[in-house]
Amino acid sequence: MMPALISHAEFSKDFYLFLCPILFTIGAVGLMIRKNMIVMLMCIELMLNSVNLLMVSFANFFGQGDAHIFVFFIVVVAAAEATVGLSIILMAFRNLRSIDVDMFKKLKN
Amino acid sequence: MTNEQLLYLILLLPLAGAAINGIFGKNLSEKLIGTIGTLMVAIPFLTAASIFASFDNPIHVHAFTMLEMDTFRLDAGFKIDSLSLWMTMIITGIGSLIHIFSIGYMHDDKGFYKFFTYLNLFVFSMLILVLGDNYMMLFFGWEGVGVCSFLLIGFHYADKIKGMENSLAARKAFIMNRIGDLGLLVACFLLLGKFGTLNYDQIGIATILGEFQKDSVFMISVTLSLFLAATGKSAQIPLFTWLPDAMAGPTPVSALIHAATMVTAGIYLTIRSNFLFELAPFTQHIILFIGLATALVAAFIAMKQNDIKKVLAYSTVSQLGFMFVALGLGAYTVALFHVTTHAFFKALLFLGSGSVIHANHHEQDITKMGGLKKYMPTTHLVFLIGTLAISGFPFLSGFFSKDEIFAAAFGHGYLVFGLMVLAAAMTTTYMFRMYFLVFHGTFRGDSHTEKHLHESGSLMTLPLIVLAILSVIGGALNLPSFLAGDHAHWMNHFLEETTLGLALVHPHHLEDGTAIGIMIGTTLITLSLIFWAYSVYAKTNYPISKEQQFKGWAEWSSNKLYLDELYNALFVKPTEFISARLLMIVEKNLLYDSILKLTSGIQIGGNQVRKIQTGMLSNYLYFMILGVILFVGYSLYYFKFWNY
Repeated sequence: MMPALISHAEFSKDFYLFLCPILFTIGAVGLMIRKNMIVMLMCIELMLNSVNLLMVSFANFFGQGDAHIFVFFIVVVAAAEATVGLSIILMAFRNLRSIDVDMFKKLKN
Repeated sequence: MTNEQLLYLILLLPLAGAAINGIFGKNLSEKLIGTIGTLMVAIPFLTAASIFASFDNPIHVHAFTMLEMDTFRLDAGFKIDSLSLWMTMIITGIGSLIHIFSIGYMHDDKGFYKFFTYLNLFVFSMLILVLGDNYMMLFFGWEGVGVCSFLLIGFHYADKIKGMENSLAARKAFIMNRIGDLGLLVACFLLLGKFGTLNYDQIGIATILGEFQKDSVFMISVTLSLFLAATGKSAQIPLFTWLPDAMAGPTPVSALIHAATMVTAGIYLTIRSNFLFELAPFTQHIILFIGLATALVAAFIAMKQNDIKKVLAYSTVSQLGFMFVALGLGAYTVALFHVTTHAFFKALLFLGSGSVIHANHHEQDITKMGGLKKYMPTTHLVFLIGTLAISGFPFLSGFFSKDEIFAAAFGHGYLVFGLMVLAAAMTTTYMFRMYFLVFHGTFRGDSHTEKHLHESGSLMTLPLIVLAILSVIGGALNLPSFLAGDHAHWMNHFLEETTLGLALVHPHHLEDGTAIGIMIGTTLITLSLIFWAYSVYAKTNYPISKEQQFKGWAEWSSNKLYLDELYNALFVKPTEFISARLLMIVEKNLLYDSILKLTSGIQIGGNQVRKIQTGMLSNYLYFMILGVILFVGYSLYYFKFWNY
């Protein structure tokens, strides 16, 4: 049953239900296989935003605003995370002249 | 104060003394420790004496319930009747004298405070043993005195020369006592199963009123178990070899624990359970013959021992045998009378030997003493009194108590009587051999020791004098009827009045004429043996080399009838053999190897698992996401999301 107020003829819940997991999976796989830290950070953003997208689409679908609040929080956290992550990458590059994530292997022993 | 409060005072003061000396003793002066230790035993003695002065009815005190179940309950209860009151007075009275003696004897010992802690703890345990009103309390005290005895025998465990020997002696005493304790436990379980209670009064009334068959299997097994416990604690055959070894402890300990009080616990147990033993004449016969055998064997071994304390130890075993003979004959009060007089003169003899050993720089070999009469006049006098008392010299305490046992034995039969007289004759012989070797003749030790021979201080001689007086007049407690008329057998009547069961037992009493005849006969034997010992051992230069060359029977006597060797071959060696095999098979092969395999397996496994930790961030992420997928998948499956 669709609430009348926010009904759009072209809105398809199923489209977003497929799009968001695909985006999320792309982000997760990218995070696993890429070694470049900046790309990995971008993959994390992709995962977060795929979730955001799913939340917004469901909010739209049910006609309730609760999920929007979560989205705002996630955006804020993502921004903060990007700031901290980028500065770590910056410092790592300054010290090691590399942003390859495998350099953390040095910490093993 | 009410009687209940007085009872707690008697019980708790020794415990308090042990606590104070044990916790703060390290920083206190010797005088203070000794005073506390002595007072904590002397005040209970005075309290017990005040109860005794106005004693008419038994006092029951219920402290608390230890265990309550549907089928039975165990109470921590106490009972003062004539028997426990009498034992309390012996323990605290002799105990305080020995405490005073110890202040002088243990002077300058590193463990001075520890010694008094243990002594007070011992007195506390012993009081629990005699004052408890059920077998559980008795068992508690029984174990307590066992532990204290262990601690005190091995008191000088750190001694450079004798430390090992002392520890081994303590261990031996402890293990041998455990065998006896097993008997006590079995008896407790049997009684609990049959009567549903361990209370003396309840069991006693049930057995006296109930129509129990004599010599039933139950009665025989209970009494034999109780008697096994008594043989352990009171050093009877076959469990007596620990007592001579226990002489490794300091001399006051030997006097208090291994002569006057603890070893009489078995006799107390038997007197307390008289109603059970009366229903098992079979066990009484066994007690009689075990006691007789012990009296003879121990007296025989004592004949040729050269260690002053060993002689006294075997003499103690022998005298305990006398008491068990009395118990076996059903003469319970007589046994307790002998316990009392024995406590007087044996404590006196042990403390006297302590005084002698103290003067001789801890030399205990009587062949290295001699002629001490002129150096230590007080010790000599009291030692002579003790020796006369134990030998049954007329009108000293031992004379009357032994005579009562002779009378009971005479009523039973000539064989038992004859063997008892033989044991008593041996007692006279070995005691006077020791006395003459120590105090008469010439000094045979080295000149350095001779220069330092001296009489002990007043702290040590005062208890000796008190005990000597008691040894002389102790017989007045239970005079035979032809000497005291209506007031005769005061102690028998006192005990029979309130101790359950004793009034129902009527030991054999002899005609006056027969009693006097026995007295005269035994006195003649004693006197002639004293003169014989004097003519042999009191010579000025007794050829001591002869004393050390043992031939024939003397060899057996000096080697303790090879009993230790026999026990070693029969019990110790097989146990060691089995233990060695068990060590090899179970410990080494099974346990050690399997644990080694287990640990090495864990190590190998750990090394394998370690490889997962690659240090590559992407690997970790891979596992993390895999985990999330699995978790989410499982939740979906479990909560059946697809149904919605």
